Amino acid sequence: MFEAVAFYLFAFLTIAMFYITVTTSQALYALTALAAGMIFISAFFFILGADFLGAVQIIVYTGAVMALYAFGMMFFDTTRAVKEKKGNKFIIVGLSTLAAVMVVAIFSAPIVSENMVALYPVIEGAGNTQNVGLVLFTKYLVPFEVAAVMLLVAMVAGIVLAGKKMDLSLTLMNGEEIDKMNEEINKKVLS
Amino acid sequence: MMEIGLNHYLVLSTILFAIGLVGVMRRKNLLLLFFATEILLNSVNIAFAAISHYYGDLTGQMFAFFVIAIAASEVAVGLGLLIVWYKRHGNIDLSTMSSMRG
Repeated sequence: MFEAVAFYLFAFLTIAMFYITVTTSQALYALTALAAGMIFISAFFFILGADFLGAVQIIVYTGAVMALYAFGMMFFDTTRAVKEKKGNKFIIVGLSTLAAVMVVAIFSAPIVSENMVALYPVIEGAGNTQNVGLVLFTKYLVPFEVAAVMLLVAMVAGIVLAGKKMDLSLTLMNGEEIDKMNEEINKKVLS
Repeated sequence: MMEIGLNHYLVLSTILFAIGLVGVMRRKNLLLLFFATEILLNSVNIAFAAISHYYGDLTGQMFAFFVIAIAASEVAVGLGLLIVWYKRHGNIDLSTMSSMRG
């Protein structure tokens, strides 16, 4: 009973928030609605008993990704309204629905054919976090380490790309501009 | 109706995925396009967690974790590239990103 109430409430809230995200013309409204939708999605994880996943969803998405977007938006001109593509609405909605139905077919194909076996069943008596740790650090240890290296690479790439002078490209400049830039650098070094 | 099963979650995942795809197709601003891709990744995460719960298997949750990790690194690199593009050209509209036209 309570599960049904919670499911329908959060389903409605999540759909409403994401609908605002894709339709509003203000980038700040889109950002705020997306952050709210992420928090509401973590409620589904808590309902489903995936407590650790719900906590990670709140920390990583709402804490890290949304903060990163908020800082990134300070670089852009976000106060003006966003222009939209002028396309055929029926084609867009039709293609989206078709692709979404195909996603459900992908997920439900093994279920319908009853070809799904629990390879890593939940251990009774242990909490969700303990179960996740057991599977993550035995069977999925190598992907876990690879994901850690990937996050490190992404962090270095983000710092380097957002750093100073990265908007200048020596291949796109002509000789005079490069000479002028070198002179400025020399001036700074000498002074 | 009152008993929430796996199908409920899969239908919800479909609706959210369709919303995200509509966003991907109608947005021209690249920052808002990123928001739409986040919606796509989140809708698939719901399906993974639901299947993981109803079949008593933890593999779905593991995949959801890796999807979250990939989304985080995608945002870091994507925003860095977007900032470089904005510094150089002054806008982030998709229609202006065609420097290789013949």
